[in-house]
Amino acid sequence: MTGTRIKSNAASVVFEGVSKIYGGSVTAVDDVSLTIEAGTLVTLLGPSGCGKTTTLRMIAGLEQVSKGRILIGGQDVTALPATDRDVSMVFQSYALFPHMSVGENVSYGLKLSGHDKAETAARMRAGLELVGLAGYDERLPSELSGGQQQRVAVARALVLEPQVLLFDEPLSNLDAKLRRQVREEIREIQQDLGLTVVYVTHDQEEALAVSDRIIVMRQARIAQMGTPRDLYEAPRNAFVADFIGEANLIDCEITARAGDSASVVIGSITLELDARGLGVGAAKLAVRPNRISLSRRARKNDMAVTIIKTTYVGNHMEYRVAAEFGELFVISSVVDQPLETGANVFLSFADTGPVLLPPAE
Amino acid sequence: MTDATLQPPFRAAAGANSNRMIMVLLGVALVAALALPWYVIEDGFWSGEWLLDGYPLDSSYAPLIFLIAQGQKLWLAPLIGFAALPLLALRRHRSEPVYAKLLLTAGIGGLGWLALQGFSIGIRGWQFGALEAAFGPLGDRQFGLGYGALLISAVFVVYIGMGMAARGAVGGDVFVVSAIGFVIALVGIFIFFPILQMLQGAVRAEDGAYSLSIFTDKFFHRNIWGLGCLSANVSCGVAWNSLLLGVVVGGATTALGLVFALVATRSGFRYGRILRALTVLPIITPPFVIGLAIILLFGLSGTVTQFAADLFGLTPTRWVYGLPGIVMAQMLAYTPIAFLVLIGVVEGVSPAMEEAAQTLRADRWTTFRTITWPLMRPGLANAFLLGFIESMADFGNPLVLGGNYNVLSTEIFFSIVGAQNDQARAAALAIVLLVFTLGAFFAQRRWLGNKSYAGNTGKGDGCAHPQMPRRLKVPVYAIAAFWCFMTLVIYGMIIYGGFVELWGLNNTLTVRHYSDAFGVGWNAGGLVWRGSAWDSFWTTLQIAAIAAPLTAMLGLVTAYLLVRQKFAGKDAFEFGTMLSFAIPGTVIGVSYILAFNVPPIELTATGAILVLCFIFRNMPVGVRAGIASMAQLDKSLDEASATLGANAWQTFSKVILPLLRPAILAAVVYSFVRAMTAISAVIFLVSAEYNMATSYIIGRVENNDYGLAIAYSTVLIFVMLAVVAALQLLILKGTKGRPRRA
Ligand SMILES: Nc1ncnc2c1ncn2[C@@H]1O[C@H](COP(=O)(O)OP(=O)(O)OP(=O)(O)O)[C@@H](O)[C@H]1O
Ligand SMILES: [Mg+2]
Repeated sequence: MTGTRIKSNAASVVFEGVSKIYGGSVTAVDDVSLTIEAGTLVTLLGPSGCGKTTTLRMIAGLEQVSKGRILIGGQDVTALPATDRDVSMVFQSYALFPHMSVGENVSYGLKLSGHDKAETAARMRAGLELVGLAGYDERLPSELSGGQQQRVAVARALVLEPQVLLFDEPLSNLDAKLRRQVREEIREIQQDLGLTVVYVTHDQEEALAVSDRIIVMRQARIAQMGTPRDLYEAPRNAFVADFIGEANLIDCEITARAGDSASVVIGSITLELDARGLGVGAAKLAVRPNRISLSRRARKNDMAVTIIKTTYVGNHMEYRVAAEFGELFVISSVVDQPLETGANVFLSFADTGPVLLPPAE
Repeated sequence: MTDATLQPPFRAAAGANSNRMIMVLLGVALVAALALPWYVIEDGFWSGEWLLDGYPLDSSYAPLIFLIAQGQKLWLAPLIGFAALPLLALRRHRSEPVYAKLLLTAGIGGLGWLALQGFSIGIRGWQFGALEAAFGPLGDRQFGLGYGALLISAVFVVYIGMGMAARGAVGGDVFVVSAIGFVIALVGIFIFFPILQMLQGAVRAEDGAYSLSIFTDKFFHRNIWGLGCLSANVSCGVAWNSLLLGVVVGGATTALGLVFALVATRSGFRYGRILRALTVLPIITPPFVIGLAIILLFGLSGTVTQFAADLFGLTPTRWVYGLPGIVMAQMLAYTPIAFLVLIGVVEGVSPAMEEAAQTLRADRWTTFRTITWPLMRPGLANAFLLGFIESMADFGNPLVLGGNYNVLSTEIFFSIVGAQNDQARAAALAIVLLVFTLGAFFAQRRWLGNKSYAGNTGKGDGCAHPQMPRRLKVPVYAIAAFWCFMTLVIYGMIIYGGFVELWGLNNTLTVRHYSDAFGVGWNAGGLVWRGSAWDSFWTTLQIAAIAAPLTAMLGLVTAYLLVRQKFAGKDAFEFGTMLSFAIPGTVIGVSYILAFNVPPIELTATGAILVLCFIFRNMPVGVRAGIASMAQLDKSLDEASATLGANAWQTFSKVILPLLRPAILAAVVYSFVRAMTAISAVIFLVSAEYNMATSYIIGRVENNDYGLAIAYSTVLIFVMLAVVAALQLLILKGTKGRPRRA
C-alpha cells in the first residue's frame, strides 16, 4: 500500500428552526433546532413516522427545508442541492449501482469529484480495505452477501471524505448477529477517523450502543437530546423514559421539597429522590424494571405485592406484579430460585434509578 | 443577503463547471453563426452540394456572420449580441444575481428576437401592414430557418436553462431545467404550433382574409353534419359516419378483447403465450393491409365472392366496400390492442375477492354482477375509448375499403389533394375529428384518471382464477376460434396474394410482383436496384432509422422528468407530451402542411418533416415505456448518486440509462416499426424525393395494382417481424445475467 489513507474532514451540523412540510399539510419536521458536534456520532431515534428520515434527508440536501436554516461546518447550505453538499449517505437499501462492479461503485464519486485515475484507484482500494473488502473490486454487487453490500455502501460514502456521513437504518436488512458486528465496525471506523456521523434507527439498543449523543424525536419534534446515559438515567418525560429501555410509570405525589431533594409518596411508602426541578404536587415516577427488587422477606420501606405472572426468558426472569397502585413489570437476574405465580412478596426500589418526571403532559 | 451565499459551495466543482459550460456554449454558438448555413438549403443539407457552391459567401448558404458582414438580412444582427452576452457572465459566480440575469436575457432575448423576426418578415417582405408603414418596404425576403438557426436556438434554450437553474429552479440543476425547456419548446413547435396554424387555417379564405363565416360555413356544412340518411336516400354527413364507425369498432373490439382475455386467464387454456403473440400483429402490420386482404376475400373478384357466385349463383356485389368492410378490417386490426388492455384488467380482479364474495353467500351470477363487473368496468371503458380513437384516426382502411362511405380522415385527405384543394375545408374537418378524439382522450383521463380498481388488494393470494361457467365457455371459445381463423386466413391471403398474377381473374402463380418491386440486376457499373419499390423502401428504412433513436431519446428524457423530478406545472407538461397520442395522423399531416410550408420553419418536401412527424407522433410510446421501466428503478439509486456528487445529467447518463437498456431498446424498435407502418400523416408529407413505403403501396392500390401492393406489404411485414424478433432476443439476453467483468 502506498500510504493512501482515508481521512476525515469532519464538520458540525446545525439546524436553526428547521421545518419540513410535505405538500402543504403534512408536517414531518416541526421547528427543530439542534447542533451536532464535529467528529461525533449522533443517532436520531424515535417511533415510525416521527421524522427521522426527513431530518436526515434535509442534511443530505435530498429534501429542501420549508423553513429555517441548515449549517454545515458553519456555512449556510440551506439552498444547496445534494450534489453540491459535501455530505455522503448510506441508504437503507444500500442503493449500490447494480450495473457497476464494486470497484466502480466505490470510484463513482471519486471520478465525479475530479480525481485522476491513479488517485481514484488508490483511494478506492484504501476504502475497500478499510471496510475489510480488499480484493473484491471486480465483483458485481449481486455477487455479494447482504453484509458485504452494506460495507461497499459504507466504503463508497467514506472515500469521498465527506464533512458529514449519514446512515438511514443501515442495519435493518441484516440478521440480528451481523447487526451487532456491523454496528461495532461502523463505530470503530467513525472513532478511528473522527468522522461526523448522523445515524437513524428505531432500535433503542443500537442507539445506546453506538452513539455519542442521541436525539429522540417524537411527532416531528425533538423529545430530548443527550448522551446515552443521560437519556437512560435522566429521561425528561414519560415518552423518553418509556422509549429508551422500558420503564414503569407510576403516579406519585411530592409532599415536600428540601433543596434538590423531594419526598415522594407512592401508596404506603415514601422515597427521598432528586427533585429535578419539580415542585410539591402530583408527579410521575419512572422506574426501570431492573431497578426494582422482589424479596420473600419484608425490609424497610417496602410494600407487599402479589405476583400475577412469571416468565422465564433464559438469562433473567420477568415478573408482572400487582401493587396497590397498579401493575408493575420487574426483571430479576435470579433465575435459579424463581418466585412462583400467586406468591405474596415484598417490593423495594433501588436507591438510584427511580426518576421523577412531570405529571402527564 | 447572507454572507454564506458569497462563499464557494462545498464541492468546488459546481462554480468551475458552470463557467466551463458557458465557454462550450459560446463555442457552439460561434460554430452555428460562423460555419453552418443560416437558412434552409433547397437541395438538402446532407447532400453537401452547398459546400462547393459558393459557400460561405453565397447568401443562400451563408452562415449568420457572413450574412451580416455582407450587409444582408441585417435584422438578424441582434442575435449575435444575444448569443455573445453570456461572455459577461464568465467572470461571475452562478450564485450572483447578475449571472442569472445575463443568461436569461441572452436566452429569452435571442429566442424572442428569432421568433419575432421570423413571424414579422415573410416571403414577400413585411407580414403586417403596420410594419411596412412604419419601416418602409423591406425589399428582402425570409427563408426557412436552417441548421445554423436551429443550433443557435438550442444554445438559447440552454442559456435559459442555466439562468433558471442559477436562480434555483428545480433544485438548480442545469440539465433538468434545460431538458424541460427543450421538451416544452419541441412540443410547442411541433404539436401545438401546427394545430394552432390549422385552427387559423380554418378561418382563412383563399385570398388570405380572415373570416369567421368561412369557418362556420365549412364547419356546419351538410357534408359534415347532414342527417339525410335517416329520412331520404342520401348519405349522412362524414362526422356521423366517423362517429358510427368509431362506436361500432370501439364496442366490437372491446367485446372481442374481453373474450380473448377470458380465454387467456379463465379457461384453463394453456397457450396464453400464443394469444399474447397475437398482440404483435397490429404492430407489424401496416394498417391498410388487412383492408387489402378483405378485398381479396370479399371484393368483387374476391375468393369468397366468386365461390358464392359459383356455388349459389349469387351475383357479386360491392357490399364490402363501406361500413361492413371497414368495421371488419378494423376489428381484425385493433382487437389485439383491446386484448392487451383487458388482460391486465381481468387478471387484476383478484380471485380472492370473488371467493370472498362467494363465502358471503353470493352465487356466481351475483358475484359477477356485484364484484367482477364493477371492477372491470373502468378497464372496459378504457379499451372502448382506445378502440374509438384508433378507429376514428385510421386512414388506410377507409381509403382502401371505404367505397361511398366517407369518413373524416379520408375526407380531410381528399379536400387537400383532390381537385378541391380546399385547405380551409380540410382544416374544418380536421377540427371536427380532433374534437372527437380529444373528447375521448379527455374522457379517458378525467373519468378514469390514473385510478384503477384492479389489483389494489396487493398481491394475489396465489390461487388461480376460477374457470368460466360452461355456458359462457362455449360461445367464448367459438368466437375466439373464429377470430383466429379469420386472422390466419387474412395473413395467408396476404402472403399468397403476392404470388398471384391477377387476383380473381388470372390465378396463375408468379413472382412477377416481387421482381417488379424488388428486382436487382447487374450492369457494367455493378449492382443495380431495378425494382420500383427500392427507392421508397430505402427511404423508409432511413427515415425510420433516424427517427427511432430520437423518439426514444425524447421519450425517455420526458419520462425521466415526469418520474424523477418535481417542478411546477408538471401535470400540464405531462398532458402536453401525451396529447399527440390523441391527435389523428391525418390531422397532424394537414397541420404540418399548413404550418411548415412557409418561413420561418419551412420543411415541406424534406426528409426532416417526416422524421419530425414520426418523432412527435410516436413520442407517447417512448414516454410510456420509459415511465413504466423507470418506476421500477429504486429512487434511492438516484439519491445515492446525488449524494456522491453527481448532477442530474451524470446520474441520468451513468446510472439510469445503463439500467434502462431494455426499455431503450424497446422504445427504439417500436418507434422504428411504427414509423415504417404509418400512413395517415405520412401521405400528406411525402414528396417525390422522399416517398415512403406505405404511401407508395397506397399509390399502387389506387392504380389497382394489388399484386405489387400486397407483395410489398408482405416484405414489410417480414422485415418488421425480424426487427421485433431481434428485439426480443436482445432483451432476453440483456436480462439474463449481466455481463461479468474479467
Ligand atoms: N414524500 C413525502 N410526502 C408526504 N409525506 C411524507 C413524505 N415523506 C415522509 N412523509 C411523512 O412525513 C412524516 C415523517 O416521515 P419520515 O420518513 O421522516 O419518518 P421516519 O421517522 O423516518 O419513520 P420510519 O421509522 O418509519 O422510517 C410521516 O408522517 C410521513 O408520512
Ligand atoms: Mg425512515
